[in-house]
Amino acid sequence: MAELRVRVNGADHLLDIPPQVSLLDALREHLGLTGTKKGCDQGACGACTVLADGERINACLALAVQYADREITTIEGIDHPIQEAFVRHDGFQCGYCTSGQICSAIGMLAEHKDGMPSAVTGEPSAEGEELTDEEIRERMSGNLCRCGAYHGIVEAIGEVAR
Amino acid sequence: MTRTVDGEHLVGQPIDRIDGPAKTTGGARFSAEHAYPGLTHAALVPATVSRGRITAIDTAAAAAVPGVITVLTHGNAPKLNPPKRPTPANLSTLVSGTQVNYLNTDEVHWDGQPVAVVVAETSHAAREAAALVHVSYERLPAVVDFAAEEPNAVAQKGNPVMPGSAKKGDADAALAVAPVTVDARYTTPQHHHNALEPHATTAVWQGDELTVHDSTQSITWLRKHLALRFGVPEAKVRVLAPFVGGGFGGKGFAWPGTIIAVLAARATGRPVRLLLTREDVHRAVGARTPSAQRVALGADTGGRLTALVHTSVTRTSRVGGQPEQVTAPAQHLYDATNIRTAQSQTTLDWMPNTSMRAPGDAIGSFALESAIDELAGELGIDPVELRMRNEPERNPIDGKRFSHRMLREAYALGARRFGWENRSPEPRSTRDGRWLVGMGVATAYHPAMQFTANVTVRLAADGTVTVRCGFQEMGMGNATVQAQIAADALGVPFEAVRVEYGDSALPASVMAGGSMQTSTVAGSVLAACGKLTRRLSTLARRTGMQGRTPTEILTAARVPFIDAAVGSDTRLGALAGQARMLAKVVRDQRTWAKAACGAHFCEVRVDADTGEVRVSRWTAAFDVGRVINRKTAFSQLRGGIVMGIGMALFEEALVDRRTGRIMNPSLSGYHVPVHADVPPIDIACLDEPDPTMPLGILGVGEVGITGVAAAIANAIHHATGSRIRDLPITPDKLVT
Ligand code: FES
Ligand code: FES
Repeated sequence: MAELRVRVNGADHLLDIPPQVSLLDALREHLGLTGTKKGCDQGACGACTVLADGERINACLALAVQYADREITTIEGIDHPIQEAFVRHDGFQCGYCTSGQICSAIGMLAEHKDGMPSAVTGEPSAEGEELTDEEIRERMSGNLCRCGAYHGIVEAIGEVAR
Repeated sequence: MTRTVDGEHLVGQPIDRIDGPAKTTGGARFSAEHAYPGLTHAALVPATVSRGRITAIDTAAAAAVPGVITVLTHGNAPKLNPPKRPTPANLSTLVSGTQVNYLNTDEVHWDGQPVAVVVAETSHAAREAAALVHVSYERLPAVVDFAAEEPNAVAQKGNPVMPGSAKKGDADAALAVAPVTVDARYTTPQHHHNALEPHATTAVWQGDELTVHDSTQSITWLRKHLALRFGVPEAKVRVLAPFVGGGFGGKGFAWPGTIIAVLAARATGRPVRLLLTREDVHRAVGARTPSAQRVALGADTGGRLTALVHTSVTRTSRVGGQPEQVTAPAQHLYDATNIRTAQSQTTLDWMPNTSMRAPGDAIGSFALESAIDELAGELGIDPVELRMRNEPERNPIDGKRFSHRMLREAYALGARRFGWENRSPEPRSTRDGRWLVGMGVATAYHPAMQFTANVTVRLAADGTVTVRCGFQEMGMGNATVQAQIAADALGVPFEAVRVEYGDSALPASVMAGGSMQTSTVAGSVLAACGKLTRRLSTLARRTGMQGRTPTEILTAARVPFIDAAVGSDTRLGALAGQARMLAKVVRDQRTWAKAACGAHFCEVRVDADTGEVRVSRWTAAFDVGRVINRKTAFSQLRGGIVMGIGMALFEEALVDRRTGRIMNPSLSGYHVPVHADVPPIDIACLDEPDPTMPLGILGVGEVGITGVAAAIANAIHHATGSRIRDLPITPDKLVT
């Protein structure tokens, strides 16, 4: 067992868990933070997306011990206009992908602001590229929504971004 | 009926979902997210043979993993009652996904059947230990290759709701003499629902009382099923499912995970949580059957259909499964002079198939609507025009009246919004750089049904209304919609209505399936509100408070609240309700052809060199009867289209024909549409109520997916000149 200090949503927690435990299982099972979802446990769906120092990561592919010194933010720690925009634009149905979509969108907006390109970004220009719907779709493609709420998700993110 | 205090109707408004805040803050708790003291975690061990007997199970290594509490196998698991054979006389028997008595038998019936379960203090310990369980088998010969079995298919038995075959005139003779014909074979592979939430169960026994949080689409039937399997009275079983992370049919039945979680909780005396792995979701839950279909069309030179033949082969399993109504659309869509449909099935050593979004119609419409497009090409007639020339006045197969049908109007509306008139008739005639551009069209059609649901509604003197009904919510927005309906019916604000659902302790409802939940519950809510309104006016007369608000009337009458109930959960009441329901369904089927329908228009771009297909534009115009909530209804229609895009282009379970094992049981191997695959989807609804359904609702859950794969295949043909008849349409099929 490893004694582990993790910082989640601004609070410190001490965990006594084996080193092979994923950040996702640590959050859901050991800290009772079930807002972060498990859709595949294999890095394929994005339901487990959380922010580590503001960067989006798949918590199922991360070992909790790797993130001992990082500031983790889960959906329970988020208070952002995008949440309300998701409701207004019906950016979900069952809601199981939603925590991941929201965390991912916040991380993605920061990436874009930092000038990080995507596969559909054109030639670099002096002034920052506008975040088009095509860019949003490309950059959000790691977050599956089997209910197919993509239309509303893109609208909600676009509204907050612009 | 649709009045409110401020004169605004709530029905029809795009109101935000009631559960929006819970779902956007992480507050919504799904079935694997309930904390109990002493909670344990379970992991399944799948069989690695398709048919055989277990000769030994070595659990020593698994049991030695720190944190493991027990490993249960057929050697040591508590005894379970076997499932009942499904019979229409007792609808709850249909909920049994398979006939296998899990962990109570040494027989293996499919590759992936759970043969052991590990219970541990943590989920990681359970998973690690499950991988260490070693099972030995005596292999028995297994039949697992659908394609090889196709010639051995036998005719499907029918029932009043789903005929196995149908006939009008002599379609084969008419086909033989028709001046213009199309006769083609189409195939669709096995599809998996892959709801984003894997099937999840938390099971808690307290003495002989059982509480189960389960990701089910069928609270009432699951409760009955668990009571039967575990030999306890129904009253001792409570099933809770207020949030279900998507279903699409895959959570309609009781699959092994649910049963084994409850079994493990009984064996250990501790609460057990079982969240299936994504691999389990593919191997231990039924999927949509693969299909092989023939559509043969004959027409005169003016495009009038003289012959329509549609036949299908699907698969079911030796341990369960169900017929699939693949040829249903052919009975309703075209005014052909002669029609013949026939469905047959093979029986394999496979996981039983199950319903998946628009069972039958989704895959049947791919073949039929592709064939119609092929015929349009042969005739040189625009495919929309060809459909309009064959649009029937009455149900083609039997002459029944349509309760309502506005397919012509849907086509006109969709064509206008999409700009169909800009399409050049020639295939492969539009190019944009490296992209070949094409437009396609297809009809959507899904039958509408109404069952019965028990409901109570309370109107309190403080002006609040409580609707109680054990319906299920997996993203359809039903709670929001029923609150709109109740608020309108009682003339109270939307915010005054609370809807309780997702709990078997509430009045029993119908399962979520067949696009019938909203209309069914709405019918009962309206009936209950009608009773309340009559009680209220009696009280108003008695107290001289006519024309006043409910609060004023109840206060004047010194009545704290009034209740109205529709249906009954007592044993006799439930039996009578079920008999009434069946009688009504059969009567309705005899009298009317009723359905939601629509027209899909899409544009695709195909890379001329690589065969990559991008769907670039979509418009769909629907006749779904009355739309209660434009926001949630449109989302469901879009969701159906998105799943249809997956069906057209990506989705396919790859099955090893020798071993019967799925080779891609993951979301990285089984591809579903991602953000980048889905264009903006323009939806339009005619919003004309159906006169035979509660509030005129026809249902929106399934009609969206029907016709989608055909519209895309047709657009791809228009773009490239290649006709692909085997789904999914992957690049390899376009570059050869
Ligand atoms: S659960 Fe982490 S990506 Fe699916
Ligand atoms: S809302 Fe259900 S998976 Fe996205």
